[in-house]
Amino acid sequence: MAIDELEKKLRPPEAAMKPYPPKVITLADGAQMVVREARREEAGVLLGTVYPLLGVPKDFYDGEIAGIVTSRHVDENLGMSYHTVTIKRGLRIGAQLFAAKMEHHIDILGEKEVYIVAESPIGFKRWMIEYELENREALYPKVHHELGGVPTYVLTRKLYDAVKSQKVTGSRPVSPELLAGAAKLRMPEKYPQIPGFKREH
Amino acid sequence: MRKVAIVGIGHTGFGNLSEFDLVDVMGFAACSALQDAGVLQERRLVEQLLVSNMCGGIINHQTGIASALVSRLGMEPAMAELVENGPASGASAVKLAVMAIASGLADTALVVGGELMRAVTGWIGTDAVATLLHPQAEYDLGLTLPAFGGIFTRMYMERYGLTERELAMVAVKDHENAAKNPWAHVRVPCTLEAIHDGENADVVNNYVAEPLRLYGMCPVSDGAAALLLCALDSPKMKHFQGKPPVLISGIGAATDRHCVHERQDPLRLEAVRLSAERAYAMAGLGPKDICFAELHDAFVILEIAISEEVGFFERGKAREGIVRGETRIDGRIPLNTSGGLKAKGHPVGATGVSQIYELVKQLRGEAEKGRQVKDPRHGLAVNFGGFGNNVVSTICSRINL
Repeated sequence: MAIDELEKKLRPPEAAMKPYPPKVITLADGAQMVVREARREEAGVLLGTVYPLLGVPKDFYDGEIAGIVTSRHVDENLGMSYHTVTIKRGLRIGAQLFAAKMEHHIDILGEKEVYIVAESPIGFKRWMIEYELENREALYPKVHHELGGVPTYVLTRKLYDAVKSQKVTGSRPVSPELLAGAAKLRMPEKYPQIPGFKREH
Repeated sequence: MRKVAIVGIGHTGFGNLSEFDLVDVMGFAACSALQDAGVLQERRLVEQLLVSNMCGGIINHQTGIASALVSRLGMEPAMAELVENGPASGASAVKLAVMAIASGLADTALVVGGELMRAVTGWIGTDAVATLLHPQAEYDLGLTLPAFGGIFTRMYMERYGLTERELAMVAVKDHENAAKNPWAHVRVPCTLEAIHDGENADVVNNYVAEPLRLYGMCPVSDGAAALLLCALDSPKMKHFQGKPPVLISGIGAATDRHCVHERQDPLRLEAVRLSAERAYAMAGLGPKDICFAELHDAFVILEIAISEEVGFFERGKAREGIVRGETRIDGRIPLNTSGGLKAKGHPVGATGVSQIYELVKQLRGEAEKGRQVKDPRHGLAVNFGGFGNNVVSTICSRINL
């Protein structure tokens, strides 16, 4: 199908990367959230989680239960931050997941910079303001985020190191019991953004 | 002086209502109060509308809100005015409604408090509220209300030995109450382990205005609340047969120096103490008669400090009461049974009205399971304007004790 061909062109080349070591964060309500790398074969569950939100005309970057962050390892110097989607509200899950994503790029993969864009006021506040990201808009097109459309901001290693102690948390190693519980992904049954949502299995 | 009762109450959810219009949000709360009193269809019997709002002109680019609301509700030719007294606007509007009724100018008055603050970013909202500070001596130096909250907390900790753990205990209690309140903005309980004791707590509960952390501050909220008042001796009382009326037995207000640094002791909240004393005197009651209270905890330290000023604890001793669980729902003096500003939310102009809504709810025995105080007779609300420079205290009591 044409869509498959198109999707192949959009898909970044698969690159060998150091794995992200899982960690656990105790959220404000006492729940333990495991942050771990998703496997390629889990793409279907992740898409099924995001799909119901496509019709929600609201900013859901600060949301509920769990979330998904995506980004791309461009090369040893550069990371390209993509999405930060969370579903459960009021626990700053989005902030924790974004911080974990930056930890992955800078601390684990050793990149020097990460390009970041924000498509919403909440995202802008969380990343551009709180991390004091560098605005490289003036360097366009030499510097540009591949999603385009909005100014490109940059997290450098220096900026990351300055905020790391206030932004990045989590405990390692994660107990085998918790990891086992997080091994099988489940799509949320409820979305606060979609009253009355019912998943068709 | 005529006795004034609350005969109807209304409330919207607190949270993000930015997709709605300010007057619509207020109108929803107003209609709920009229419905609660059983007079939605006969709403033109209300002679006076008082609207409390602080930031409509700045944030929502809307003025003349009382005129807009009276028309939206189809309640012309009722008298309608806006009351702006900073974060104490809500209780000030109730006080003016009591004055209007007590004087005989009106028999009935509808008080509607509302604010839409999420239409702008958090820092613009914070800046809008900070305009109540002294322009040259405070605002121009970059002071905001959270900054004052942090400074006040630090001073209090140094003088009385209050710990961050005890501050976190107040937040845990407020969130527990808010989780059971359907109107609350943050209906998520939090645990002491997660926001203080645990190894991730420093990031999960980060500093906002040190030593105040995220879970020590109120959220920025939208929302509205409304109260319908009537003179107990008015023939119009016969229209309100649905719910038992609740008496406004005492109401008092007081002011203090505008600039916090000009006060003899910045930790002494003189306007809180005086306003409460005036309310106690009018009601013929004292702190020991109060069964529960809604205290203006925009920052958790304020629940502690206000609880001492109004006489629930000796100065510097509230922390001991917190540790003993005295301020919990089943404690000696339950505080912020609604979740307080801390977790229920703080749409500034609505807050004072919402606090009294909670008093009525509790006194009627209508609070949700798990947050109803046992057999309460008198409740106190303290609505704190500025950084304590303009405060209104209100006591509500069950009738036919």
